[in-house]
Amino acid sequence: MTNKPLLMVENLSKTFFLHEQNKVIPSSSQVNLTVYAGKLTALIGPTGAGKSSVLKSIYRTYLPSSGRLLYESATGGILDLALALEHRILELRREEIGFVTQFLHTLPRQKTLDVVAMPLYRQGVNKQEGRARAAELLAELNIPERLWEVPPATFSGGEKQRVNLARGLIASPRLLLLDEPTASLDAETTDRVVALIQRKKEQGVGMLAIFHHADLVKRMADEVVELSVPVGS
Amino acid sequence: MDKILEVKGLSQVYGPGCDLCFTSTGPEFETNICPHCGSIVALHDLNFDLYKGEILGIMGESGSGKSTAVKCLYFDQIPYSGSALFFDETEQKRLFELNPAQRRSLRNHRFGMVYQNANLGLNFDISAGGNIAERLLMSQVMNYREIRERARELLARTEVLTERMDELPKNFSGGMQQRVQIAKALATRPPLLFLDEVTTGLDLSVQAKILDLILEIQSELNTAMIVVTHDLGVIRLLAGRTLVMKYGRVIERGLTDQILEDPQHAYTQQLVASAL
Repeated sequence: MTNKPLLMVENLSKTFFLHEQNKVIPSSSQVNLTVYAGKLTALIGPTGAGKSSVLKSIYRTYLPSSGRLLYESATGGILDLALALEHRILELRREEIGFVTQFLHTLPRQKTLDVVAMPLYRQGVNKQEGRARAAELLAELNIPERLWEVPPATFSGGEKQRVNLARGLIASPRLLLLDEPTASLDAETTDRVVALIQRKKEQGVGMLAIFHHADLVKRMADEVVELSVPVGS
Repeated sequence: MDKILEVKGLSQVYGPGCDLCFTSTGPEFETNICPHCGSIVALHDLNFDLYKGEILGIMGESGSGKSTAVKCLYFDQIPYSGSALFFDETEQKRLFELNPAQRRSLRNHRFGMVYQNANLGLNFDISAGGNIAERLLMSQVMNYREIRERARELLARTEVLTERMDELPKNFSGGMQQRVQIAKALATRPPLLFLDEVTTGLDLSVQAKILDLILEIQSELNTAMIVVTHDLGVIRLLAGRTLVMKYGRVIERGLTDQILEDPQHAYTQQLVASAL
């Protein structure tokens, strides 16, 4: 495994401008971090330090206000995710970059197996194989089989979180962004998730993860980046 | 990823038009009526690329120019200026330079349109099956049995009771009419589909089923689509990228999740904040 960074974030800042109130809301300020293949960089800091904004800026759900997000892609050298064309970002989301958000957003009415298999379908994997692989992962994460054919709308917080995680991991992206992947899990389930994340690391997935518990950081992180609440917020 | 459509500088003016039309209308003037000649600038300088299998959303309120855009591309209207290049397998076609026969051929074979108002897309005086047959006939499927079989298949696919295929669509519910329109549009398996406010005015449960159907079609057939709507929910569900329009101009464009979570323009912020 090489030591070349997969992602280098340089001086990333994100502010929001609310037109109606003519107000600037600072979110992340001057963030620098690096993610390597097969390693996990943990993002820590108090609420309001802009940790989620960093992940969302990397995924382009937010438009970064300044800074560079240099990503080494599988196909085409290094690109700045803040400036890449929309179609390129969509392609990276499909093929290389996964995001496990804090809350599960799914298409309503979609069955759990299909929710989890969706990243595979997008890569052209057929329904049968996609569902088989989704089932494997859901079993590993201890989601009862009776729930697999049901949409996750009625699931508990912890179940939803694991469905979200399964969807993020299934296609083994090169870079995985994780926003508090174990926040609402009990100790035993957390252990399962930790084991799964370790295995993905060994397979070479580079990860950037937000954690709130020092214990989890100790167990999983290779590097730690601490953010503080930006001045003026 | 292959491009299927490239639109450049597309504009539409209703009225005589003058040299000042474009410089005295738009969001900064809060009007699309030219104060000098009274023309309506329905659309000005629309630019976008569409890729195979992609769904592009065009969002905006009534009068923002979003429907005008797809009507020009589907040849329902002749634009004032601009160009559109359609990548049709190995050929490239400049849409606004084609003769009427070529345009008709694209409409009949390669493009599909679903209107908000079903009586624009369907002939209410012939049966549901007949509507589909009409489109198949125009694309040179001539065998009666084959046509009937294909119509039955399409209606079944879009969940229209095939026992009703010989009934007039004017007797159908709004949701059912939209399904017949979608079946008709899909009859020739077009690579490009225009959807103009297709779920507006339908019951929520019916809307949901139509939207599910559209997503299924997109993943089965890899159809590129332009979805015009004022409904943020429809955009969120269907579109990967979104253009936001106001007074005939695109005021913001981006990945749909970015438009909804980090809107930049004052108007988009207001739209997103008003969503239920």
